[in-house]
Amino acid sequence: MKKPLIRVENLVTRFGDHVVHDGVNLTIYEGEIYGILGGSGSGKTTILRELIMLHEPTAGRVTVLGHDLGGAPRELRQRLRTQWGVLFQFGALFTSLTIAENIAVKLKEYTRISDSLIDDIVATKLEMVGLDLKVASLYPSELSGGMVKRAALARALAMDPRLLFLDEPTSGLDPISAEQFDNLIVQLKNLLGLTIVMVTHDIDSIFTVVDRMAVLGDRKVVAEGSINEVVQVNHPFIRQFFGGNRAMIRRKHGK
Amino acid sequence: MPLNSEQTLKIIRTVPAKEGKIFYLSGAWTLSNLPEIEKALKKYREFKHPSYPLILDISGITLIDTAGMLFFLKARETLRNKARRKTDISVRGVGVNEEFLKMFRLIRRYKKERALPKPRPRNPFASFFEAIGRHFFNGIDSAFLFLDFIGRTYATFLRDLLRFSFRIREISNLVKKAGVMALPIIGITTFLIGVVIAFQSAVQLQQYGANIFIVEIVSIAIARELSPIITSIVVAGRSGSSYTAQLGAMKITEELDAMSVMGFDIFHFLILPRSIALIIVLPLLIFFGDIIGIFGGMIVAKYQLGITPISFIDRLYEVFAMRHFYAGIIKGPFFAATIAAIGCFRGLQVTRDTESIGRQTTISVVNSIFMVIIIDAVFSIIFTELGI
Repeated sequence: MKKPLIRVENLVTRFGDHVVHDGVNLTIYEGEIYGILGGSGSGKTTILRELIMLHEPTAGRVTVLGHDLGGAPRELRQRLRTQWGVLFQFGALFTSLTIAENIAVKLKEYTRISDSLIDDIVATKLEMVGLDLKVASLYPSELSGGMVKRAALARALAMDPRLLFLDEPTSGLDPISAEQFDNLIVQLKNLLGLTIVMVTHDIDSIFTVVDRMAVLGDRKVVAEGSINEVVQVNHPFIRQFFGGNRAMIRRKHGK
Repeated sequence: MPLNSEQTLKIIRTVPAKEGKIFYLSGAWTLSNLPEIEKALKKYREFKHPSYPLILDISGITLIDTAGMLFFLKARETLRNKARRKTDISVRGVGVNEEFLKMFRLIRRYKKERALPKPRPRNPFASFFEAIGRHFFNGIDSAFLFLDFIGRTYATFLRDLLRFSFRIREISNLVKKAGVMALPIIGITTFLIGVVIAFQSAVQLQQYGANIFIVEIVSIAIARELSPIITSIVVAGRSGSSYTAQLGAMKITEELDAMSVMGFDIFHFLILPRSIALIIVLPLLIFFGDIIGIFGGMIVAKYQLGITPISFIDRLYEVFAMRHFYAGIIKGPFFAATIAAIGCFRGLQVTRDTESIGRQTTISVVNSIFMVIIIDAVFSIIFTELGI
């Protein structure tokens, strides 16, 4: 049996009167790529934000890397934050720093290693995400959307995290870049032994990259499991989502 | 591959051997342990000057991450460069650690023999002059851009005037924001200015027994100079800066482009309403500032000099010529046009990075206050020459 890294139990999220989640349960195991799916407004990104401690759930229990996030002391929170990397939807690179400085920022703040080693790490991470070393001295505003995502991924990987959170990693990329990015994610997972949690609604990513997934709907998880298990579930959203043309083509040809 | 800082630390143990010296490297070679590993290695003379063969035994390394591997490879590289022969430095691992090999292959794959491009070292002397030149030409550029902006705004104004198609709702909304909502802060500031001026003069006037002249001093100073200047400074800080930030944010989110694409002229829809609203509002705010400021003076006159409000107002009727009032009010539209133009212009100069919003907002406020004071100086020269 694989080790669960993240466990969400009976999670409730409310914004004022608006209930986003009402009893969400899911488990993410070590070494898998886990997808969080759902329609617009189903609270996919909110769950992700709750997992990375950007948003406090109204009720319920979130356990990440064996620690209960609710009421975790500051020290623990800080330590946890060094163990995961996050790729935001639009990269969220710091505009006032160069790409190299962006990648090095956590290394500079949290470790006492020499500058030349930091440069080596930055160069290696840039190579890993498939960026040319020339971009190191550029600023984020000088890069294209796909390059910004790659650079942001390199920043997320800077500290060799165990866990990687991706918020719609392929949105806004052209199909070729999206496919390359998907391949890159799988490759990095295999190389670094990462556990990856991604919010996505890219049908290609779901079929090719994601190992297990949770589908959100009606404020709950309506299905959890591998793609073959999820499509068996009879729920309007799942039927609609996996019954569309693009998904049908995928299903015919398999993974 | 867990990378916890709680993992066991490295231990370096050396054993002299026939073929040289063996270093037993062990423990977790992870990011957080690297500084200590580096320190521990430095203790050994052999690492500085490897004068005889060294064997690095890696079989004790339990954990290694990308940073640790990079560090290991770098250390080996430096050793080999320092050693008499490259073959003097060797690595061995008994019962090879799978993790180590995996990481070694990974880094080998990505770590090219290339370093990050270093920024060219710059000559401080040359870059000083370069900065001056850059500022000079940027200044000229932005002066031309500003003229272009003024021209476009004016052209839009004439076109709208001919068709009489102003955005009345938008303007009235902006009048509320820049005017009505500014009343409290302008009231407080001008009141305090009135009080301060009256206090300062009261002390001097009492010495000469010329108490009643407080009315002239306060009313003329407030109406001609202080109320227009103070009000404009507050408006530049409140509305001018918000115009810059607003338009700047719209530029970053491409809302301005979206408007242009839909055929909505941003001068007609955004800039002209803001300019007109400020031009309407500022004279009114100055008038409001006049009243409150003189009222502040009146209160000081009562408690400090014993002049009753009745006699204060009587005296005000006698000595306060309307030209003082007009001299203050007439500056309002000019100040307003300047503040609005600079505020909007700076907003349009925002580029794609978030930092530039802050920079442009600062420039906007500093420039508009500076221009307000210059224009005020020009006005006072004109008024003096005309004898107003």
